[in-house]
Amino acid sequence: MSQSTSAVATDTHAEHHEELSFLYKYILPIDHKIIAMQYIFTGMIMAIVGGYFAYAFRMQLAFPGDLVPLYGLVGPGEYNMLVTNHGTIMIFWVAMPVLIAGFGNYLIPLMIGCDDMVFPRLNRLSYQIFLVSALVLILSFFVKGGGFGGAWTAYPPLSSVAEYSLTDWGASLWLLAVALEFISFLLGGINFVTTAMNARAPGMKMLDIPIAVWFIVVAVILFMASVGPLVAGAVMLFMDQRVGTTFFLPSAGGDPLLWEHLFWFFGHPEVYVVLLPTMGIVAEIITVFSRKKLFGYRTVLYTAFATGGLSFVVWAHHQFIAGIDPRMANVFTVTTVLISIPLAEMMFSYIATLYGGSIELKTPMLWALSFLAAFLIGGVTGIYLGASAMDVYFHDSYFVLAHFHYTFFPITIIGMFAALTYWFPKMFGRMMNETLGKIHFWGTFIPFNCIFLPLFFLGLAGQHRRIYNYDHFPDLATQELQDIRVFATYSLIVMIFFQLIFVYNFFHSMFKGEKATENPWKSNTLEWTTLSPPPHGNFKVLPTVYRGPYEYSVPGRDEDYWPQNEAPKKS
Amino acid sequence: MSETYAHPNYIKIWFWLLILLALSVAGPMLEIPALTILTAFGIAVVKAFLVAANFMHLKFEKKIIWFLLILSMCLLGVFFFGAAPDVMMTEGDQWIDCIADKSCVEQRL
Amino acid sequence: MSTHGPIATHRSATGVPSGRLAIWWLLASEIFIFGGLVVCFVLFKLNGTPGFEDASLTSTAAGAINTFVLLTSSLSIVLAHAAIEKGDSAKSFTYIWYTIGGGFVFLGIKAYEYTGKILHGHTLTDNLFWSFYYTMTGLHALHVIGGMVIMALISFDIRKGHNYQRVELIGIYWHFVDLVWIFLFPLLYIANF
Repeated sequence: MSQSTSAVATDTHAEHHEELSFLYKYILPIDHKIIAMQYIFTGMIMAIVGGYFAYAFRMQLAFPGDLVPLYGLVGPGEYNMLVTNHGTIMIFWVAMPVLIAGFGNYLIPLMIGCDDMVFPRLNRLSYQIFLVSALVLILSFFVKGGGFGGAWTAYPPLSSVAEYSLTDWGASLWLLAVALEFISFLLGGINFVTTAMNARAPGMKMLDIPIAVWFIVVAVILFMASVGPLVAGAVMLFMDQRVGTTFFLPSAGGDPLLWEHLFWFFGHPEVYVVLLPTMGIVAEIITVFSRKKLFGYRTVLYTAFATGGLSFVVWAHHQFIAGIDPRMANVFTVTTVLISIPLAEMMFSYIATLYGGSIELKTPMLWALSFLAAFLIGGVTGIYLGASAMDVYFHDSYFVLAHFHYTFFPITIIGMFAALTYWFPKMFGRMMNETLGKIHFWGTFIPFNCIFLPLFFLGLAGQHRRIYNYDHFPDLATQELQDIRVFATYSLIVMIFFQLIFVYNFFHSMFKGEKATENPWKSNTLEWTTLSPPPHGNFKVLPTVYRGPYEYSVPGRDEDYWPQNEAPKKS
Repeated sequence: MSETYAHPNYIKIWFWLLILLALSVAGPMLEIPALTILTAFGIAVVKAFLVAANFMHLKFEKKIIWFLLILSMCLLGVFFFGAAPDVMMTEGDQWIDCIADKSCVEQRL
Repeated sequence: MSTHGPIATHRSATGVPSGRLAIWWLLASEIFIFGGLVVCFVLFKLNGTPGFEDASLTSTAAGAINTFVLLTSSLSIVLAHAAIEKGDSAKSFTYIWYTIGGGFVFLGIKAYEYTGKILHGHTLTDNLFWSFYYTMTGLHALHVIGGMVIMALISFDIRKGHNYQRVELIGIYWHFVDLVWIFLFPLLYIANF
């Protein structure tokens, strides 16, 4: 392209790429919005796989030994494979691609007011690597011996010796898939951070960036800083599996605890990697639907930095009973309890934002509020587990399981629905059906609590995780406990059933829904100032920013919102 | 091409690097372990700094890049000290045995 | 595709060009990958794990020559950058190919070393020291090979007059590969006690 056209391109950018063929527009796109859709749809398909696995093993727990409809018999090895891959899929192939890669891709360029990511082709490459990783994972279910069953933490020696994990290539393919996924997100993360740092609209200062973008960037930085040692660890574990080295095998001088440290040094920051994007999305939604300025923008931002920093010094609370040095357990207990302070502060800021606002209970707002409520339970039960003395009793029980589902379910599923319902008009140019949306909300949120609240009681009753059939344990095979398990399983089935309403609403609204205006929610951020859906190149004229993103209900203005790019009146 | 720097004298830096390399190879010949550690790793740090500052132009780079790189190394340090009591030391391993043995507990109290 | 790309690519709110900023982020994540391996190695070594005394069997001379080769190739790539800054793409092309030549010499010496060790029975699975030795140097060698391939691509690109800034970017990467070796050299070759 010659010099003269590039100068013109600043203004008439949108017309340049109209003639793209289907292949280049949808299969090999460089447009960040299409890549975002690819991530989101891939993530949603993987969520169906992960949910199907959850259905299969919950049925086995409720009706041990029976044939599971639509699945078949769940044996012990099969059960391990199901729970392992349910966890792996939900974190690495649902939460990460949808919340970070999907919405990160969609929102970062739009919210900071530029036409695309800084490296569009790198962006495409990272999606393609991600897709390959998903395919490799699915392939691992079908090799001899079945998929990997050593839990998503993959502790050696269970994960490093084929005789223990009962599957030879299943474990290696699982590890390969996870490693490819890491590489994809490392490349994607570099792109996100560089874009957010460098490509901001003129006038957008650091404190004018919407919280959603900030939090996605902080999350990506946490990911990039924590995953490196685990990539090294994955190489070592892969060589243990395939070449016969003994990095993690105590029989020949290796140390399995080293893997646990490598894994959790990544694994704990990873919780905040998926938490922060949802926190950011929720911040956008609650300010819009309570028509109020975000309470303490700087406080919220600094608490995110504090959370990120502290998240690197808490990892060993996952290993309190793994045989770590008890002196270190003291240290990690203190840091773990400390990390609840910035997060509580963030929650209080959000609640203070709601206080006195004119709250409008649209579907996205319902999801956002339910996130705050559910995550609060997850967070508070986490403090129990952070204290090493109590963790000794709770460790590996259903209490832990219920705790982290009360964090991950709000983060992943509720956060995903909140974001999808909120940005649906922007993404597809049409409104979603409110009534169906509310039915789907209550049909998801109530069964969610019915599934996981009872599991706290099961955990307190001493029920251990990773047991496929409690009939062999007289203390746990009582009728009362079995009733709870059956109740949780039925609740899951009810919840899965209500998802059909969402699927219908999603696709029906995409093609037949009411046309959306440019700014249906009367929001301030830049993505709402362009067409719905935005054209290639995003903005007709790239915006200039004059103020922060949360100027709602400013006194002395006719309208209760004040878009970031609206030029101030000359006085 | 964004901007140009006042270039350091690359050949001179290279020359210094070679001298340091010779020193780090010569260090162990004195057969003093403490000195070997110093010549091996101390010089590696100096060499790394010379390469980073001059060849990679960190000298002229914005502060944020320094911050980024130093933060990465600090976090690696955090990982080292978090994992060290378990992987590097063995004295904490046998603590349960001690509780079983009354005299051992009294001794520690 | 041309060198044009979206407008976003040409913005620079931090004052660091996007390409260079991304390279630094890449290197920061590489620090964690190599750093993770080095930390594991040091943990095992300080624990007195049997087998680590085998560090005395590695050839200090070969390691030193390789350090010299890499340092020199670092010099030539930075001279390539200096040349391209003056717009002299032919000179830059030559310097890039000197660097790639340095990479080949490095890999040749590495291959010679590997062969010798394997013939003496010190294979990957011999003990933990050799596992680490092959993993760390192998991962490093992969980075060398990757760098050489990218450098070759860039060299032809600049001869056509495109993408001059990439010489600096690959240079930063190559210096990092050099830096990793600067630390691997004392760890694996000198510190044999």
